[in-house]
Amino acid sequence: MYRSLSLLVAFAALVALLAVQPAGAAVPHRIVSLSPTATESLFAIGAGKQVVAVDDQSDYPKRAPKTTLSGFTPNVEAIAGYRPDLVVLSGDANGVVAGLKKLGIRVVLQQAAKNLGGTYAQIRQLGVVTGHPKQAKAVVIRMQKAIAKAVKGVPKRRLAVYHELDPTYFSATSSTFIGRIYKLFGLRNIADAADSTASGFPQLSAEYIVSSNPGLIVLADTRCCSQSAATVGSRPGWGGLAAVRNHRVVGIDDSVASRWGPRVVDFVRAVAKALRRKA
Amino acid sequence: MIPSTRGRVSVLAALLFLAGALLAGVLVGPVDLGALDVVHATFAHVLGLRSPLSGADDAILWDLRLPRVILAALVGGTLAAAGASYQGVFRNPLADPYLLGAAAGAGLGATLVVAYAPSSSVTGDFLPLAAFAGAGVAVIFAYVLGRSAGVAAGPAALVLAGVTIASFLTALQTFVQQQHVDTVQEVYSWLLGRLATSGWRDVGIVLPYAVVAWVVILAHRRLLDVLAVGDEEAAALGVNVARVRLLVVVAATVATAAAVAVSGLIGFVGIIVPHTIRLIVGGSYRLLLPLSLIVGAGFLVFADVIARTIVAPAELPIGVVTAFFGAPFFAVVLRTSRRTL
Repeated sequence: MYRSLSLLVAFAALVALLAVQPAGAAVPHRIVSLSPTATESLFAIGAGKQVVAVDDQSDYPKRAPKTTLSGFTPNVEAIAGYRPDLVVLSGDANGVVAGLKKLGIRVVLQQAAKNLGGTYAQIRQLGVVTGHPKQAKAVVIRMQKAIAKAVKGVPKRRLAVYHELDPTYFSATSSTFIGRIYKLFGLRNIADAADSTASGFPQLSAEYIVSSNPGLIVLADTRCCSQSAATVGSRPGWGGLAAVRNHRVVGIDDSVASRWGPRVVDFVRAVAKALRRKA
Repeated sequence: MIPSTRGRVSVLAALLFLAGALLAGVLVGPVDLGALDVVHATFAHVLGLRSPLSGADDAILWDLRLPRVILAALVGGTLAAAGASYQGVFRNPLADPYLLGAAAGAGLGATLVVAYAPSSSVTGDFLPLAAFAGAGVAVIFAYVLGRSAGVAAGPAALVLAGVTIASFLTALQTFVQQQHVDTVQEVYSWLLGRLATSGWRDVGIVLPYAVVAWVVILAHRRLLDVLAVGDEEAAALGVNVARVRLLVVVAATVATAAAVAVSGLIGFVGIIVPHTIRLIVGGSYRLLLPLSLIVGAGFLVFADVIARTIVAPAELPIGVVTAFFGAPFFAVVLRTSRRTL
């Protein structure tokens, strides 16, 4: 049902695209990506050679042509300077989309996916617009299989999980992209009780985290803030938590945990590995 | 003059307010620990006995809640006393501890660390150090600039110098922030005040500065009363105006910088608290300074109780709480000062 839904989304995206594009729009050869997630996807589907510039946050894969362009504070002139025939973005800051369209540059806006179905749809869409539809489909199928396998290899348990975005205890609820991954494993997300603002990213109080006694702690602040199982264990009051005692504190590269591209598979595998660990 | 019985009553009332705040601070939280056990466990820790609470609950009380309550009291007392002394030495009712650029300097220091050395920003010791240094440097600049206008220009020159330095540093901070938009969330959470992750270490950092500053400020409370009549008149009465001003400003600034370094920018405390006290017991600094210290400590503890319970188990930045009560208070102060100024 999940798959058919994502297929439907992909189909809708395709129809929308065909409606906008004049029939037989040329395959782009000068792509600028201002979205680190899209950069990863473009290279995964074999469109890397067509990419001429990526933004300053696109640090994966290493061979991506990183520039000083910014996706947060984009500048139409600076982007146009690369003479792109396609620009991929994850947000429309500074009215950049309208600006690029005014210059006649094709724009694909792929905002943060809400779930894996959204990720698959975006990858397929990139495949279609860059002329790599078959590779994109293959990437999606590989991802689906890898994720299904990782989830299957773990016995379902109602373990409590705490996902840490930064050391001031900002977290992510089950309604977020990353939160839905935990749902695949049947985990109970402690941030769900705190989402009074429905932002999906509440700041938890330390008291609450300690009293919830999570059995799994996932750190998405290993790179930004040098957090690790050791630093978590040494926080005042945290030493006795089940996750700390049972070695289920997992550090994940911040960028893997904050993007919604092909490397989400790495994230799922890391969580699965921690859950398989004997307590 | 205020009769001394009235003074004694108001100090007693302030102490009761602080005691109530501390009690609420340790008893109320997102996790219910049981009132009796909390009191019992606290005394057990202080006296080195066995705590009646279980391991996790004991850690919540002793490692998370108590240091936070004590830090809030230290920071609140410091900001309120510093605010009252600034208002005294500058004879300006809207002066606060951030007047001479301490906040802007600390903000720039913190932003630079978050932007250029992000790995050490939250857990490392670098951010408090940079904030402390930033606040100190900003105030020194403001002081030198203000004094260069000549002693005759009086406190107004210092205030203007502070505003100048503050706007300049804020511009720099905004520039750095714009260059590193990806870290904006972290800077923002610091700017709104941060007690959420405090531990005993933070208490240790701020305590020595706070105590020294309190002693210096309280020792000058009579001289601040003399200063209230004006620079020339105070000088005629034998007060070394420039020296008193410098000493009090240095003490208040160092303590403010230490407070800001561990807790971020918590606004309005330095204004609301002294003015509430002025409205109730009058403007004599002999009473105002000790009362500001006590009530400020209690006020911030209460504000923190609200910050960590109102959206529990989520957290609200404490600066939001103080501003929520502070902004309407400005209106009241402005209305009353229109009559008395």
